[in-house]
Amino acid sequence: MRGLQVSLNQTQKIRLQRALQQLESLSSKVNVNASVTVADTIPVNFEDNILKGHGTVERDGELVATLCGVVERVNKLVYVRPLRSRYKPEIGDIIVGRVVEIVPKRWKLEINFSQDAVLMLSSMNLADGIQRRRTAVDELNMRSFFEENDVVCAEVRNFQHDGSLQLQARSQKYGKLEKGQLLTIPPYLVKRRKQHFHHMEQYGVDLVLGCNGFIWIGEHVEVRDTMSGDQVSNTEQQNTKSSTSTNYMDLEEQEQGYTPLETRQNICRIANSVRVLSSLGFNITVEVIMETVDLSGTMNLEVHEMLGSEFYVLVAEKEAERRCSSGKKKG
Amino acid sequence: MEFVNPEGLRLDGRRAMEMRQLRAQIGAVSKADGSAVFEMGNTKVIAAVYGPREVQNRSQQMSDQALVRCEYSMANFSTGDRMRKPKGDRRSTELSLVIRQTMEACILTHLMPHSQIDIFVQVLQADGGTRSACINAATLALADAGIPMRDLVTSCSAGYLNNTSLLDLNYVEDSAGGPDVTVGILPTLDKVTLLQMDAKLPMDIFENVMQLAIEGCKAVANYIREVLQENTKQLEVRRGV
Repeated sequence: MRGLQVSLNQTQKIRLQRALQQLESLSSKVNVNASVTVADTIPVNFEDNILKGHGTVERDGELVATLCGVVERVNKLVYVRPLRSRYKPEIGDIIVGRVVEIVPKRWKLEINFSQDAVLMLSSMNLADGIQRRRTAVDELNMRSFFEENDVVCAEVRNFQHDGSLQLQARSQKYGKLEKGQLLTIPPYLVKRRKQHFHHMEQYGVDLVLGCNGFIWIGEHVEVRDTMSGDQVSNTEQQNTKSSTSTNYMDLEEQEQGYTPLETRQNICRIANSVRVLSSLGFNITVEVIMETVDLSGTMNLEVHEMLGSEFYVLVAEKEAERRCSSGKKKG
Repeated sequence: MEFVNPEGLRLDGRRAMEMRQLRAQIGAVSKADGSAVFEMGNTKVIAAVYGPREVQNRSQQMSDQALVRCEYSMANFSTGDRMRKPKGDRRSTELSLVIRQTMEACILTHLMPHSQIDIFVQVLQADGGTRSACINAATLALADAGIPMRDLVTSCSAGYLNNTSLLDLNYVEDSAGGPDVTVGILPTLDKVTLLQMDAKLPMDIFENVMQLAIEGCKAVANYIREVLQENTKQLEVRRGV
């Protein structure tokens, strides 16, 4: 068992087993033995001119898998979709990363890829929102955007010819993430969807599901394009600072940087649901996360109790039930 | 000393061509990209794989293939007498090199340029055949990490004591000083990636012993394949549509 270490008692073990068996019986109808391991031959039914995709090699006229995963076929293309592996980026993916290094004109981000991703200074929107060439002064002020170890949200722009990855953050919704938690889960659990930014109104929390398996849960930020406005007010504040007492200003700044206790608890509650779901290996979507959070709410569980064995089993049972009913609807 | 009694049983009650019990578990280290615990009888090894990830030492970066690194260590509590071993002694350096070369032969390194793959193996219980157990554990961990490989590498040892070839030597048989052949193969390609022996053996007997070890490797491969198959299926089922 990965991630979460839970000790189950006898009844909980049986309940978990039954829930997992139910899941197995549901999916066995869908795909019949499409999973392969390393060096298994993939049957291609003697079709000629198939295209061999990722995770396959040809050997003595047979197609052989080089990964553990599920065989996928798209027309003539046959490839193996790996389950547990590092992130495989695609252009347009929304990702969350951590700044590891600042080098001239670019930031280097750790994004769970085989190399560090590159975020160029020129693919960032400037603070004042004006389009112009980046000067040496901008380069010197790079740390005012992101410093080392900051968590940043961005979009995959393109691949360089040498295989390295370029990012862009040319929109107000991208940028630095503050006042929250970063979780790392296996990337295969996050599905690519239209919407990766979610605002949960009832909790006052923002949720960013990065395609690379980095999940951000933080306090809701109202409008992100206040950068230019902020600077004006900052200068105003500095002007007033000199006239009024500095003590008063410090208090106000503290007030701004303070996250209410309730929001912090909500953040932890959502984070714990993600932890439970990912350690069970279930797909992570907003709907499932919300259901899990609601379940913990109706159970009247404390935040820390969500990582206990009882809730772990309950979530598994709930998921089995959910998939059962959705399967019936389709049928 | 008598290693095979007249009934044909060895010291631990096995037959000459019998292996110890195998046990494998995937996903033992939560922070690693891939990990596994592999047991052959009382020998127990844990392996963790990190990567492919950014190269730590820029000067080692290669533009056409991935850098593979391996570190072998032995827990202080793994042997009968508890000894504080200095890190990086001759034996562990040699074993790290052997494991690295064996694994490098099967990883498709050209698919992951500018990156590095770290393999860490640690012996938790040593009862002979740690070399083989380490290689088997590393294979499982690499497969779990989703690193593309030509084939699974499996390894097994065999020896020759009391005029009989013995499969999968344990510590007592290993320390008897007889010949000990460790073989690593790619089972579906039928190729040898590792062959070590630190004694002399006549040609015909050597061939017998090596053949026995290869049979052992194939048995290990079957077991590893079963474990991986089960693990993949379980992950896919849990994930759902």
